[in-house]
Amino acid sequence: MSLPAQQGTTSLLDRAGTGRTLDAYVVGVVFLEDGLLAAALGDGRVAFINSESMNSPSFVSVHDGACLSLAVDSGEQRVLTGGDDARLVSTGTDGETTEIAAIAGRWVEPIAASRASGLCAAVFGKTVSLFAQDGRAVGTFDHANTVGGLAFDPRGRRIAAAHYGGVSLWWAKPSTQKPKRLSWSGSHLTLTWSPDGKYIVTAMQENELHGWRVSDGADMRMSGYPTKVKSMSWLPKGRYLATAGAESVVCWPFHGKGGPMGKAPLDLGRGFEGVVTVVAAHPRHDVVAAGYEDGATILVQIDRDHTILVKRPGKGAVTALAWSVDGQHLALGTESGFVGRISLSDWRTPS
Amino acid sequence: MNQIPVTVLTGYLGAGKTTLLNRILTEEHGKKYAVVVNEFGEIGIDNDLVVNADEEVFEMNNGCICCTVRGDLIRILGGLMKRQDGFDGILIETTGLADPAPVAQTFFVDEDVRRRTWLDSIVTVVDARHVVRRLEDSHEALEQIAFADVILLNKTDLVPADELAQVETRIRSINATAVIHRTQRCEVGLDTVLGRRAFDLDRILAIEPDFLSEDDHEHDDAVKSVCLRTDRPLDGARLTGWLQGLLVERGQDFLRTKGILSFAGQDKQFVVQAVHMLMEGNFTKPWSPNENRESRLVFIGRNIDELELRQQFDACIA
Repeated sequence: MSLPAQQGTTSLLDRAGTGRTLDAYVVGVVFLEDGLLAAALGDGRVAFINSESMNSPSFVSVHDGACLSLAVDSGEQRVLTGGDDARLVSTGTDGETTEIAAIAGRWVEPIAASRASGLCAAVFGKTVSLFAQDGRAVGTFDHANTVGGLAFDPRGRRIAAAHYGGVSLWWAKPSTQKPKRLSWSGSHLTLTWSPDGKYIVTAMQENELHGWRVSDGADMRMSGYPTKVKSMSWLPKGRYLATAGAESVVCWPFHGKGGPMGKAPLDLGRGFEGVVTVVAAHPRHDVVAAGYEDGATILVQIDRDHTILVKRPGKGAVTALAWSVDGQHLALGTESGFVGRISLSDWRTPS
Repeated sequence: MNQIPVTVLTGYLGAGKTTLLNRILTEEHGKKYAVVVNEFGEIGIDNDLVVNADEEVFEMNNGCICCTVRGDLIRILGGLMKRQDGFDGILIETTGLADPAPVAQTFFVDEDVRRRTWLDSIVTVVDARHVVRRLEDSHEALEQIAFADVILLNKTDLVPADELAQVETRIRSINATAVIHRTQRCEVGLDTVLGRRAFDLDRILAIEPDFLSEDDHEHDDAVKSVCLRTDRPLDGARLTGWLQGLLVERGQDFLRTKGILSFAGQDKQFVVQAVHMLMEGNFTKPWSPNENRESRLVFIGRNIDELELRQQFDACIA
């Protein structure tokens, strides 16, 4: 795949996309089946929008407060949201809501869902709760500290929880078990598991990443960020880990022996104002979408450092980015409530 | 983005903190607060949002051994910012046995918290009957007084007048800059505890010049206040260099540092605030033309050699 040439300051949103406001902080966006786009909002609503027209969104009031987390439920036709009302809720595109769990006083974030195993998991403070496809509780895993990051392994059989002091690895099944610990001092926040299952990486309170090779627990430090890293995304086959938190899109090489150790990261998409707030790697190609704190959004091609403007600055910091499963569409959301969608199928350029 | 003021409410067990919290939550004040509490109690909730928190104190890996922060607060404050409606203020209640330093340091260390909120004041509720005994046996009670911007000396109806005066003098020797209000059942206008920022800075200038030099050696509290002042302009670079070095080296002993300083060749006031070794300084409003440009710097801490500090401070005079 090759990105189109930049045409002046015209953005892809102007040329091959459309957008609208949803009037509340966009916590997350996801594509569902049939071209529907779902957005979780800071006023507790979930919006379903036809991503083609972006017209006539339907809103469902789900949480009394703010939505804090969003994931696609199994079957691709429902979304799971966690709220600051202490509830985990599954919402269908028809507006039907089912409360899966609630623990008084505990905010529900983050949540994770595995397409491979059909399981989903949600953090209620220090407890990770595991649920089956039908919403049945499978098990709970307790930690000494609040869990900040959560991810399944690629097969959906293990679950990793990031917390103060490191990561706990659990088998995603209802049994009495002692977790395997990956230790590193400090507070671990966001967590991601590489698509090949070999690496776990956390973003830390101290503006750096920490990684472990799962097989032997070998440590990897990735530092140099000016701010906290709040978003990470793996390129296809896990060749690179794209990260937010710097004034460029920092991509750590994970192909080859030893992962990123002793190698310099790629430093792409320079020349934009401010810090990258969200990244989302394309599901099939070596392309990363990156949103900035000033609202600008770009696509950048890994091997060429070729950049194209998706959205001009404005409408608040970018808070959410998501690709459709086929990689043809990209959705974005901002803190002021703007959502936009661009489509790559609308243009082609020779590679 | 609007920054939201944060008030931290501390106080030893039984001092009356919950009474004050209940008043803030139930009184008609026309404002909307988010209140971070440690346990859900029987509190009336009207307009306000009550958030349950565990006090999760984390050490930072930044080479600073006394640098601890409240991880739960970073998360909660980040989450609150997603709400559309916003808040007039955020109130954080700490447990009775909590050291206030990690809460205060959170507002220095975490960039997201700093961008969206500011630490307006630390309010400490003190039980007038028991505080003297608490100062003998509780490290935390002492720290809570040392860190305060506003102190509610509560339950004054249960203590004779002369004893109350002694208690107040004792508190004043620990913390020279806090505003002290005598209260019964925490009855005090809420505007005296919430939204204090401007007043707090003026307060540094209002310290009685001779108060701290009074011979009051009958109590030998581990924590005391030292106030340095001069009418002569300071060398900005030398002063900030000295202060940074001092706090890096001795930051564990220095609980709070506050100052309003006049630098040579600079029309604006330089305001400095520090919690242990985390310091920030900014030029703020200009000195007015007929104002006495007196610099004042207050240290609250342990093992403070006043004479040594004074000599080092004087060496920074331009």
